[in-house]
Amino acid sequence: MQIYLPIAEMSVNIFVILGMGGVVGFLSGLFGVGGGFLMTPLLFFIGVPAPVAVATEANQIVASSVSGVLAHWRRGNVDFKMGLVLVAGGALGSTLGVWLFTFLRGIGHIDVVIRLAYVAFLSIIGALMLAESIRAILRRKSRTPLKRHHHYWVHGLPFKVRFRRSRLYISVLLPIALGFLAGILAAIMGVGGGFLMVPAMIYLLGMPTVMVVGTSLFQIIFVTANVTVLQAVNNQTVDVVLAMLLLVGAVFGAQLGARASSRLQGEHLRSLLALVVLSVCAKLAYDLIVVPVDLYSLGGVVGSP
Amino acid sequence: MKRVLQVMAVVFGTLSAAPAVGEDLVVDLSGTMVPITTGFVGSDLLLFGATEGAGDVVVVVRGTQGDERVRHKGKTAGIWINRDEMIFNGVPGFYSVAASRPLDEVLIAAEQFDNQIGSANLRLTARDPARARIEVEAFREALIRNKQRRGLYRTNVGKVLFIDNRLFRTSIHFPANVPVGTYVVDIYLAQGGRVISNKTTLLEVRKFGFEARVFDLAHRHSLIYGLLAILIAVVAGWFAGVVARER
Repeated sequence: MQIYLPIAEMSVNIFVILGMGGVVGFLSGLFGVGGGFLMTPLLFFIGVPAPVAVATEANQIVASSVSGVLAHWRRGNVDFKMGLVLVAGGALGSTLGVWLFTFLRGIGHIDVVIRLAYVAFLSIIGALMLAESIRAILRRKSRTPLKRHHHYWVHGLPFKVRFRRSRLYISVLLPIALGFLAGILAAIMGVGGGFLMVPAMIYLLGMPTVMVVGTSLFQIIFVTANVTVLQAVNNQTVDVVLAMLLLVGAVFGAQLGARASSRLQGEHLRSLLALVVLSVCAKLAYDLIVVPVDLYSLGGVVGSP
Repeated sequence: MKRVLQVMAVVFGTLSAAPAVGEDLVVDLSGTMVPITTGFVGSDLLLFGATEGAGDVVVVVRGTQGDERVRHKGKTAGIWINRDEMIFNGVPGFYSVAASRPLDEVLIAAEQFDNQIGSANLRLTARDPARARIEVEAFREALIRNKQRRGLYRTNVGKVLFIDNRLFRTSIHFPANVPVGTYVVDIYLAQGGRVISNKTTLLEVRKFGFEARVFDLAHRHSLIYGLLAILIAVVAGWFAGVVARER
């Protein structure tokens, strides 16, 4: 069954979109990752214009983060104070990010910048995931204990604030900078940035692991909401129909994924996800390098001078 | 098909009933509107008509004209990025030609050129007059090639079928990605390589219903649209979270 997407201005098979939402949702339920970093490239692959894919994915992440944060909130695993500090940085970062996005779109370089950003991040995440899962598999065999690193230079920064929930007394500069970076990523790449925030909050800020996911989701809601509004106003690239179809698939997929995760072996699956990430990355990189079908392309209708 | 013949019979009937005052070309469309709705996968319109006396018929369909940008990629540090661009004025968003016989047998080159029949004869002018002719030509060809790849410009000349000496019909195909706007349909009657008569009729390609409302809101009230998008996402996400908990 075909459905016409009003903003992407293309006709797509509704089951392909639901299926993509389902598969990415399944992976996110299985591994506890956001999934934006996989969904956006998949949208490129089916022909959704990159600016529409990025802005629409930000809109979908608002929804998936709201549903995700509820469970953490009920268990009291959201540090709202830390979350708001991150949001402050995220608001700045995402606003700057959308401004940059609009500028790059105007000069015709947005597609290549988005794709390059994906290649860079997916290769790093994929490689780290793969290395970590292999290490975990080996560790389980040799039973060496896990070591956690602390970066003590963080404690030397000014503007220290106490975060009771996280039992931290640290400078607000670092979480603001982190939120800022995640905001830029959300605007340019259409991702929540959880893959960056979660390890950074554990290892850089030293937050308790149990608080990290809920707090990160809380932050992502506001940052992606800001991106959604700014993209809608500046670029008119948010396709609500596409976002909601993806969400429906993702909700069901995430349920199945969460159930499956209790039965399956984590490390082996994680290495599988790493391979998925790396192959998506390889495809994106290949498309950047290979000679295009046509060196010329249409840049759309322009207004009169 | 039966219905088509019936419609044509009506046209034919009215034609012979009303005394045609020098009216040598009569045409009509099976519809003057191409609605883009939720399930839109493209659409076909039927154009039919009658001629007074002998001659060939050429039908040209042109979408709304606009100024379009064409970009050219070059290789920089191993990757292909846009390096150059050119803006063309008066680019139709859609273009297709149909004729009752091969175009060159129907019309001499000068007539094709004058009436902009055939994509090679489209008057697409570069906004920047300072650009070298050879560059403009490369960009112009690329513009047409890209439009053809998207199915917006017809690559071959379509068929206009004559049922007998006077009645003709042709079908106009609109792909799923057809741009909205007012379309101009020009019908030419040709004899001895020259246009002896022509008719123009208009048709409208429009988004309808839900699609139209979403698009309008996104473009006219983009702030409200953005805020609504968030509201919908929050409600949907909340609902999903609650459902997930109960299961």
